[in-house]
Amino acid sequence: MSNNFLSWKAKYDAQRERKGPFFTVSSVPIDPLYAPGHTADIDYTRDLGNPGEYPYTRGVRSNMYRGRLWTMRMFAGFATATESNERYKFLLSQGQTGLSVAFDMPTIMGYDSDHPRAFGEVGRVGVAIDSLQDMETLFKDISLDQVSTSMTINAPAAILWAMYIVAAEKQGIPAHKLTGTIQNDILKEYIAQKSWIFPPDPSMRLITDIFKYAKDNVPKWNSISISGYHIREAGSTALQELAFTLADGFAYVEAGIKAGLDVDDFAPRLSFFFNSHTDFFEEIAKYRAARRIWARHMKEKYGAKKEESLLLRFHTQTAGCSLTGPQMENNIVRTAYQAMAAVLGGTQSLHTNSMDEVLALPSEKSVQIALRTQQVLAYETGVTNTIDPLAGSYFVETLTNQMEEGAEEYFRKIDEFGGVLGAIRENFFQQEIADAAYRYQKEIESKDRIIVGINEFVSEKKEKMDLLKIDPQVELSQVSKLTALKQSRDNILVQTTLANLKEAAQGTDNLIPKIMDAVRAYATEGEMIAVLKEVFGEYREQAVF
Amino acid sequence: MNKTRIRVLVGKPGLDGHDRGAKVIARALRDAGMEVIYSGLHQTPEQLVDAAIQEDVDLIGVSVLSGAHMTIFPRIKALLKEQNAEDILLMGGGTIPEEDIVTLIESGHVEALFTPGATTTEIVSWIEERVAAVKAEVM
Repeated sequence: MSNNFLSWKAKYDAQRERKGPFFTVSSVPIDPLYAPGHTADIDYTRDLGNPGEYPYTRGVRSNMYRGRLWTMRMFAGFATATESNERYKFLLSQGQTGLSVAFDMPTIMGYDSDHPRAFGEVGRVGVAIDSLQDMETLFKDISLDQVSTSMTINAPAAILWAMYIVAAEKQGIPAHKLTGTIQNDILKEYIAQKSWIFPPDPSMRLITDIFKYAKDNVPKWNSISISGYHIREAGSTALQELAFTLADGFAYVEAGIKAGLDVDDFAPRLSFFFNSHTDFFEEIAKYRAARRIWARHMKEKYGAKKEESLLLRFHTQTAGCSLTGPQMENNIVRTAYQAMAAVLGGTQSLHTNSMDEVLALPSEKSVQIALRTQQVLAYETGVTNTIDPLAGSYFVETLTNQMEEGAEEYFRKIDEFGGVLGAIRENFFQQEIADAAYRYQKEIESKDRIIVGINEFVSEKKEKMDLLKIDPQVELSQVSKLTALKQSRDNILVQTTLANLKEAAQGTDNLIPKIMDAVRAYATEGEMIAVLKEVFGEYREQAVF
Repeated sequence: MNKTRIRVLVGKPGLDGHDRGAKVIARALRDAGMEVIYSGLHQTPEQLVDAAIQEDVDLIGVSVLSGAHMTIFPRIKALLKEQNAEDILLMGGGTIPEEDIVTLIESGHVEALFTPGATTTEIVSWIEERVAAVKAEVM
């Protein structure tokens, strides 16, 4: 450090510091000042690059938001396809620029609405989709060549994707015109979100079948959204979110290569999904480090040749776990700061949480505010006028470097387990996450960490909020529609397609065409999953806490 | 007289996979000296009640974030009654709106519900006091 810095430090140390700790949301200690000495070793070309240039620290496109703003893509879905279709039309009319489907728990876990396990859960956390019929209703009057759609679905992703493709087919739109994303990231299910069905090997087979089918038939589709959001929501630190997500990414690259694909055949369509939590600068550093790490590994380790294979494109969602029940309107403020961090970090797509999502799905009023948050950010704050404005900041570049170093250390640890699957089996990720979650909670209880409205600035007033309620009638009406469908369809054809699917599952053929045949016959998701369960079995976790 | 440790089953019923809260609570209870059994995910109410009886717990703590709380808590309570295990206390937490909390408690389907923002200290104290009170009644 220079003499200048040391003389400042002496003055600083001689003064009173207010009560700390001065740390990030991830408990990383932060210095009071960052100065030229911190970033003296940074080489612009090697470590930053211009936007759209290797290693892409400054952004994946050379023009970023000067060319095109991020997609405003609000995660939505509740009750039945009819209600959700209306909410999608509302959001599109209010200026959102992409669709994002939230499914209910039965759909996520592969059960039809009439299954005993679905009781009480139909339409509660997202939309109930049992068959192609529901998918057609979901996108009624929405032309699927005019929008891109992201679907948050994992274990049964192949089936919901097939339903979407066939629904588009019925609209007269060929698959090669479709744009969108399926989350389809089973590794993070075992690690954090826990909505698995099958064990790892058959799950990876389904994923590589999707990669292959997409390459030849749905080339504009992002076949996977490698996610850190859920890892963070489960309680991880920002560094763990970054490292575990990228490690999962590398595991998918290796799986694709092992399945016989050339890395450049599928890597361009791998996409990512990160959280945006409340520590502003930590998040920005995380996104910049993510781009640089991915580009370096893809080029140097996996030998990718196409530029598109090196680009880490990502969607961001503001942190659900940061929202508070008391003084719910404060969540609007948290979401705004988190959204700004995502944009300063160069996200391609953004969902902003609604204030009431702590306790329910968003009301129309709350979701409008959340969307407006993005629009004010885009059009009023000026942060989109220039690309990667924080580059060169002594603080931000130091944090970015620290993130990369920390991630590389985690990659080494994961390698010691033989890779991601080995680490999952040994509960490595799960224990790291549980430890971080517990530490965070303890910090709040000891008031080392202040959460406004929770352990400080508390209000005794009980507020009444108009929360979205899911009418129990929804479940009954969905079940009766399903019963009617099962009676009116060609059940012999359904049985035939299911038998063909089962046979294919026992072999090595690509399952997507067989799934699409069953979808066209109006086989239900539950029926298809039940068949696949017979062949693949079910996953069981060994829980740690 | 020997102070036996409080035995708790922390349960995740239904299809919801969000276990952060349940795990933090489980660990806090363990740190407070209780014997904690964590049920794991995707349990049916029947499986939870069977486990609670088999493990001879004092209390079941149920975490529900899927909106299905109005079905799940009454179902567990009914099963405990059916199996003559009403001495096992039922409490829980999750994303449960205030008015539903009031309804569930007033209708006797659950003893207490702790939503996000509650501290582990609060929850540990509540459990210790309540279990002691129940044991005192029994004696």
